[in-house]
Amino acid sequence: MSTSTTRTTYNFAYLDEQTKRMIRRAILKAIAVPGYQVPFASREMPMPYGWGTGGVQVTASILGKDDVLKVIDQGADDTTNAVSIRKFFEKTAGVATTTHTGEATVIQTRHRIPEQPLGENQVLVYQVPIPEPLRFLEPREPETRRMHALEEYGLMHVKLYEDIARHGHIATTYAYPVKVDGRYVMDPSPTPKFDNPKMDHCAALQLFGAGREKRIYALPPYTRVESLDFEDHPFERTHIAARCELCGSAGVYLDEVVTDDKGGRMFVCSDTDHCEKQRGEGTP
Amino acid sequence: MEAHASQTLLPGFADPVADAQRAFKAVMQAMSRPARAVPFEVALTAPAPLSPVVAAMLLALADYETPIWLDVPLRNQAVVQFLSFHSGARIVREPEEAVFAVASDPATMPPLMLLRQGTPEYPDRSTTLIVQVAALRAEGLRFEGPGIKREAQFSFPGAPSRFAAELAANRAQFPCGVDLIFAAPGAIAALPRSVRLVKEA
Repeated sequence: MSTSTTRTTYNFAYLDEQTKRMIRRAILKAIAVPGYQVPFASREMPMPYGWGTGGVQVTASILGKDDVLKVIDQGADDTTNAVSIRKFFEKTAGVATTTHTGEATVIQTRHRIPEQPLGENQVLVYQVPIPEPLRFLEPREPETRRMHALEEYGLMHVKLYEDIARHGHIATTYAYPVKVDGRYVMDPSPTPKFDNPKMDHCAALQLFGAGREKRIYALPPYTRVESLDFEDHPFERTHIAARCELCGSAGVYLDEVVTDDKGGRMFVCSDTDHCEKQRGEGTP
Repeated sequence: MEAHASQTLLPGFADPVADAQRAFKAVMQAMSRPARAVPFEVALTAPAPLSPVVAAMLLALADYETPIWLDVPLRNQAVVQFLSFHSGARIVREPEEAVFAVASDPATMPPLMLLRQGTPEYPDRSTTLIVQVAALRAEGLRFEGPGIKREAQFSFPGAPSRFAAELAANRAQFPCGVDLIFAAPGAIAALPRSVRLVKEA
C-alpha cells in the first residue's frame, strides 16, 4: 500500500479503528448514564499499567487532527508521566500540544484539575487507577455491581462515619467519593478533595479511563456532583493557609517541596501552568 | 460475487480515520449537551432513504459487534448492502436485538419499550435509537438534567403524540433506558436517557 514508501507508522493516535469504535461507544454510554462505570475491552498499551493506559486510550479515541493536547501529572506539565504521554501523542497523532490550560481542547490529567476554570469546548480526561469507589469496602465485583444497581450506598456512609468516630472529622483527603446527579456514587480518581467542588457543574465534559480495571465513566458538562457528607459533618474543602512561594498565589493547591537535607522546605503551586502565568506571561 | 451489486455500491468515508473521528465527535458533543443542535457536515452519499448524516454516524460507530435494526422503508437492498459492506454490522429483524436502531420517519419510530433497555447491573447494554427528522427546533419540549446548563427546549417536526409520555417513561426507569439521536440534514441532537422533561407549570 501507500505506506511502503514511508517508514513504519502507527495509525493516527496509535489505536486501531475497531478499538476506537469500541471505546467511543463506551464513552457515549458513559455520558448517557453519568457516573456509571461502563466496561470496555481495554487494550495493552506501550506503557505499564499505572501510567495512565486508561486515560491514554480515551484520549486516543476522542483526539482529532485539530485538537490541542495538554497533559498534566499532579498539576505539572513537566513531570515524567506528563512528558512521556505528551510525546506519545506528538509522535503517534502529530497533534499540537500545549502547557497552557486555556489553549488546550483536550487535557489528560493524573489526579489534578487545573486551577483555571475549564470551558465548554474542552474535555478533561482522567487517568483512573481504581474506578470502583466501593472496592475497598466490598472486594467482589458482582456485589459492588449489585450495590450500584440498587443504589445501596450505606456502606460508603459507614466508612465516612468511621472516619468521624476515629478522627473527629471525615479524614478522607483524596479520592473523596461523590454522588453524580443524585444517583451513582463515583470515585473522582485520586484527586485531592480540594478539587471536588470544581467537578460540580463544570462547563467541560469530563471523561474517566481505567485501563487495568477496564472501565470508562463520565460527567457531562453542568452535572450535579456532590461530595458525600453528613448534615452535621458537611463536606469541607481542604483549607490551604500558605501561599505559593514562587508566584504568591493563595487559594490554590500547593505541593511541599524539600529543598535541602537540613529540614528546608517550601510550598509551591501544584499547577505549573497557573504558577507560570502568575509570575508573568513572558515565562517560556 | 455479485457483479451488479458492486457497481451500485456507494463509497464509504473518503478518509476513514479523520471522517470517523469527526462524526464521533459530533455525536459525543450532542450526547454531552442534550437537546442542543450540533452541526454535522458530511461529504458522504448514502443510498435512499438513508440520510448521509445517519450513514456517517453508523460508519463511525457500528461494526461486527453492533447489530443494526432498520425500519421497513430503510430495509432495502441498497441500504442493507451499503451498511453491511462498509461497517460489517449485522442487520437484524427484531429491534430488541439491535445496538443501533434507525427510524426513517419520526411518526413511525418504534416504541422505546420495544428496544433493548439494558439491565440495572449493565445499563450500558441498551439500544441507541437514531431517528431521521426534517429539522431540529430549539423550542417545544423543555428539558433539564446532566449536560444542560439550566433548561433546553427541543422538538422536531412529525413527533408522534406518544413521544413526551415515552420520554417520561424512559427517564422513570433510569439508569436503564434508550438513548436517542435525531439526525436532520447538517445537524444532530441527542436525548440521552438522563434528560428530564420539565413539567409545564
